[in-house]
Amino acid sequence: MRVAVLGLGAVGKGLLRTLAAKPELDLVLTAAADSSSACIDPDGLDPTAVLDAKCATGRCGASGLSATDVLASGAYDVLVELTPTNALTGEPALTHIRSAIERGKHVVTSNKGPIAVDHAGLTALADEAGVALRYEATVGGAIPVIHAIRDGLAGNRFSSITGVLNGTCNYILTRMDDEGLTYEQALAEARELGYAEADPTYDVRGIDAAIKLVILANTCWSLGVTLDDVSITGIDGLTVDALRLAADQDCTIRLIGEVAPAENLLRVAPRVLPRNHPLVIEGTLNAVMLSTDMAGEVTLMGKGAGSVETASAIIGDLIAIRDRYVECG
Amino acid sequence: MKLEMKDSPGQLVAALTPISEYGGNIIAVIHQREPESPSDTLGVQIVLEIAQERLDALVGAIKLQGVSILRLGEERLLYRQSVIMIGHLIHTDIGDTIGRIDATGFAEVAELNVHMPAIAEPSTALITIKATTRSEMGRALDVLRTVAAEKGLLIVEPLAGAEA
Ligand SMILES: NC(=O)c1ccc[n+]([C@@H]2O[C@H](COP(=O)([O-])OP(=O)(O)OC[C@H]3O[C@@H](n4cnc5c(N)ncnc54)[C@H](OP(=O)(O)O)[C@@H]3O)[C@@H](O)[C@H]2O)c1
Repeated sequence: MRVAVLGLGAVGKGLLRTLAAKPELDLVLTAAADSSSACIDPDGLDPTAVLDAKCATGRCGASGLSATDVLASGAYDVLVELTPTNALTGEPALTHIRSAIERGKHVVTSNKGPIAVDHAGLTALADEAGVALRYEATVGGAIPVIHAIRDGLAGNRFSSITGVLNGTCNYILTRMDDEGLTYEQALAEARELGYAEADPTYDVRGIDAAIKLVILANTCWSLGVTLDDVSITGIDGLTVDALRLAADQDCTIRLIGEVAPAENLLRVAPRVLPRNHPLVIEGTLNAVMLSTDMAGEVTLMGKGAGSVETASAIIGDLIAIRDRYVECG
Repeated sequence: MKLEMKDSPGQLVAALTPISEYGGNIIAVIHQREPESPSDTLGVQIVLEIAQERLDALVGAIKLQGVSILRLGEERLLYRQSVIMIGHLIHTDIGDTIGRIDATGFAEVAELNVHMPAIAEPSTALITIKATTRSEMGRALDVLRTVAAEKGLLIVEPLAGAEA
């Protein structure tokens, strides 16, 4: 199966490294693009050579080429979209994804923007074109939560999904709880360790978690909700005293995303949980709890970000597409 | 509420029947055995939950069954929930915040534990609310959310189903 990759940042590099390390997966890289260059070879590129060029020059290929040329080349079965997230417009990914689908290509993405902005539109477009649109990596990093909803727990009725969907916030709260650090101290530490962006607003204000909650809600129930529908409270107002008061009751505080359609509930907020609750996890981990009619409660926990971890979710999607469409079709 | 009566044959069944008829919820039936009391006055204690407005009718119905109620202990507020509140609690009139819950008539603030750091820093409180029923607790929390939104306070609630 031929794969084109748009975006060679942390995730794109993790993916290329994996493709190089695991030739047995039989996923052939035929095109790649970053913000200022691209390379295309319908017979297959060497992922290591592309990575070396990217690391040495900052460009993966010829500066006369771009993502648009990759899309138009048609030299791929699946487009892997890994450009930066824009939560408001979904661009440039939205255009990239639409253009691939319209050409009859499958799409895999780790980019939350387009999926949160237009899940219904993209899904309909993909259905019409008879191609797959998969986005496991957008929520919970390496955790296969979308697979669990669509495949593993298929046939169940879901009543709610609750989860720890942002590793940065979970790290900050863990440190405030364990060490009595103030919010500012814990944030500074998270930044130093590379767990928080230079501008941590999206994370600490709960927006990143809310975007992921929107994706889960639309995937599980086709609710057609957007970021504006989520009631959002971040962790930036929390005090050390709040964690201490919770600790006095053998509880702690975590940023929880919660969707329960029957109760009209769609919110992200810091919540008090008993220490032994399955969603009380440490550090940058993520966790998702699915409440279902047949399986009861199912909780998945794992690494919510990281280069190779996110690549794991992307590879899972690619293999699902290969098995379903490419080998038997 | 707690309802105490004599433990003589037939009395228990006679007392229990109307409770379900009036929508009460029996939490426990406790047979008391006080060593100093003569055997015929052994008591039974029924702990139950019932909407306030139906209590008098229920007591009447139980009496009609010929059951003599020895004592009626009324612990009106059954549900407790603690919520953490952060912000300028004192400067936004904490008395009013508490008063707005108490004024509902079906819920009240049972405990308040305020931590105040340096002046001008936000303070943090653990506020414990008592209410008669689960739905009234929900309404009391709605009141608290409204007050908090007005006063710019941050509220950290327990995750439903995960209350300590
Ligand atoms: N990092 C994680 O752990 C993680 C986890 C889950 C999901 N995600 C999501 O995955 C996506 C990629 O994340 P990342 O961490 O790899 O981001 P990143 O390090 O910022 O890399 C983004 C890449 O996209 C390229 N790019 C930007 N605009 C482009 C355009 N118009 N056409 C082609 N390429 C373009 C950039 O090119 P240059 O190299 O030329 O700047 C860069 O290579 C994001 O949407 C992110 O939210 C990330």
